[in-house]
Amino acid sequence: MSYTAFQALVRRDLRLFFQDKRAVTMSFVAPIVIASFFGYIFGGVADDRPPSKIVVAVVNQDNSEVSGKVVAALAADAALDVKSRPLEEAREAVRGGKTTVAAVIPPGFADRAGKSFFRGGDKPEIQLLYDPSHATEMQVVRGVLMQHVMEIVSRDTLGGPSSQRVLDDALRDLDKSPDMKPADQAALRRMLQGVGEWNQRQQANPQAQANSGFSMPYTVSQEAVTARKGVQYNSMAHSFAGMCVQFILFMGIDAGMVVLYQRRSGLWKRLQAAPLSRYVIIGSRAASAAIVAMVIMLTVFGFARVVFGVRIEGSLAGFLGVCIAFAIMTATFGLLIAVLGKTPEATRGIAILVTLILVMLGGSWVPAFIFPQWLQKASFAVPTRWAVDGLDAMVWRGSGFDAALGPIGALLAFAVLFGAVAVWRFRWES
Amino acid sequence: MPLGLNIGAPVRVYSGSMLEVTGLHKRYGDLVAVEDVSFVARPGEMVGLLGPNGAGKTTTVSMIAGLLPPDRGEVRIEGGVVHGETDPVKLRLGLVPQEVALHDELSARENLALFGAIYGMRGAALASAMESAFDVAGLADRAKDRVSTFSGGMKRRLNLAAALLHGPRILLLDEPTVGVDPQSRNQIFSSLEELKRQGKTLVYTTHYMEEAERLCDRIIIIDHGKVMANDTLEAVRRLVPSVNVLEIGVENPGQDGWLDGLRAVEGVSAAAWDGSTLRVTVLDLLASSPPVLVWLNEQNYRCSHLSSQRADLETVFLTLTGRSVRNA
Repeated sequence: MSYTAFQALVRRDLRLFFQDKRAVTMSFVAPIVIASFFGYIFGGVADDRPPSKIVVAVVNQDNSEVSGKVVAALAADAALDVKSRPLEEAREAVRGGKTTVAAVIPPGFADRAGKSFFRGGDKPEIQLLYDPSHATEMQVVRGVLMQHVMEIVSRDTLGGPSSQRVLDDALRDLDKSPDMKPADQAALRRMLQGVGEWNQRQQANPQAQANSGFSMPYTVSQEAVTARKGVQYNSMAHSFAGMCVQFILFMGIDAGMVVLYQRRSGLWKRLQAAPLSRYVIIGSRAASAAIVAMVIMLTVFGFARVVFGVRIEGSLAGFLGVCIAFAIMTATFGLLIAVLGKTPEATRGIAILVTLILVMLGGSWVPAFIFPQWLQKASFAVPTRWAVDGLDAMVWRGSGFDAALGPIGALLAFAVLFGAVAVWRFRWES
Repeated sequence: MPLGLNIGAPVRVYSGSMLEVTGLHKRYGDLVAVEDVSFVARPGEMVGLLGPNGAGKTTTVSMIAGLLPPDRGEVRIEGGVVHGETDPVKLRLGLVPQEVALHDELSARENLALFGAIYGMRGAALASAMESAFDVAGLADRAKDRVSTFSGGMKRRLNLAAALLHGPRILLLDEPTVGVDPQSRNQIFSSLEELKRQGKTLVYTTHYMEEAERLCDRIIIIDHGKVMANDTLEAVRRLVPSVNVLEIGVENPGQDGWLDGLRAVEGVSAAAWDGSTLRVTVLDLLASSPPVLVWLNEQNYRCSHLSSQRADLETVFLTLTGRSVRNA
């Protein structure tokens, strides 16, 4: 009798779920749409296209040859989209969010920069006006600016038309430095004179002049370490994993809500009047929710595979294992809601809040490595973190089955905990 | 309406009581919902639990069906006590809940298939039971339709049919005709009378006096959780042998408490206003009627009509409890 009843109850739950257009839309369409959107804005499918440029306004108040070269170098940089603007216009553009950073090159910049190159002292100040919501981009602009200013100022100081004047000024100042030890004075004089001699040689050879000055003492090559050599990162993979986790948990809430509504409607009286154990009722509910969760996961990842080329780069068995463990965990999460909730109305809001917190801490919205260290560690206390990490590992990191064992074990442990509490707190009456 | 109804297994002859309820007691905090309720029901007998809303009828039925554990007392089904959730003794019971306990989103056939399956039925046995149940409900031609498309009466009929699939010997019906149109109500009554003829035991809760009078062999009047009367219909009527009722149409009834003065009139044992008619219970029709009319006249109430009748169940309830069952 129990098995027949169990089968019938599971079949009923599945039929009710798939007949409910709202539930199907929320569980299948919503994660696909939102994951596609997030995946796109966080990089989309990896290809050879250049990344988005940072919009920078440059206010050149110096109008010297050196500052002009700096502006030109910034404009030529692949990371920046540079526009020259007056100061107030640049400030307004940053305030309005149209420009991320504005670099203000002050009057007398070239002259003071050249002098400060050897002697420090009165350094010119380049002011960076930035949008506080883009602090990370500001750091990028700062680094790029430093590189170009150092290259251009050093080239100008060591080989440009004004270099001899700068050196003469430096030698004069050296003579006016009584506090400096004579030996140090002599050494510095020799160096400046040597630079002057070098400048004269360079000016006699314009081709060599172009290569004078400092340059970056290294070059960089980049390689995204993904599942295998040649496999490109696909940000859709993480996005689909995260949204899958979120909307399957929402489905779990709905599964719990259904129990509360059925208890209120009198349907549970029929079940209770029959010779059925609570384990059949709870178990059938959990089984149907787990089946629905698996169908959602396979459908959503199937869509990602077909449309965005998201592949299971790691262990397929590990991927299925994580999916099954998460589906079971979700089912017991729904049961927990059903047994702890009093009325559907009162329970729904709390359940959604709890789910959103779980999803947020699990790294479904933004990767967990962005969190502070303590929060990264704390987030292992929520099942969603294990689910997202497990799916990431199997889908795009290309990890083997052994890497899935931790997430599978943790998710099943949460499932056992939730299921035990559900059985313990189970009550027939509302 | 099908005749020759034959639902489930035939009722085996049982020499004792099919259902024996002894000293049931249920309390919710300070509220005593059911207090010392006892009765027996025999094969082929229909017992009516009669009382207003909140009297304790549903709580009593819930304890019999095993939905609620009693604080005290015992329920015996064919001599056996239900032990645990999966006790096969529960197979002998069928419950028709007060709520329409059906899945609106499923068809009538899918609903019955589900409720049969939870009793372990499948295959040909389930199909046969479903066919009979559809005949009982008069819904064979709507079997494939979603329940959400049914009228209230059709849902009530299907609600009854769902409880019959597994062939219970005892049927617990908790206000099964609430919100039902007259046609569906008569169909349900006919089905219940047929089940009774087949020897099934029925426990029927209602606050409709006319239903109890038509259907029930034994009446249990219950109020505030206590049994006020428990006997056959005729015997219950005999509890107030000389009682008569004056039914008076009053055009300008008063506010709350307007009948307090009338109840103090000599010879008046109860007075109740049901929204259209004033029902005054008197012990002596000839002696007590004039003072009642004089009182109404003195209070400037205008009367549209006047009639009298013998005691019915409503009158009995009014006499025993001092209030009308429908307005209690």
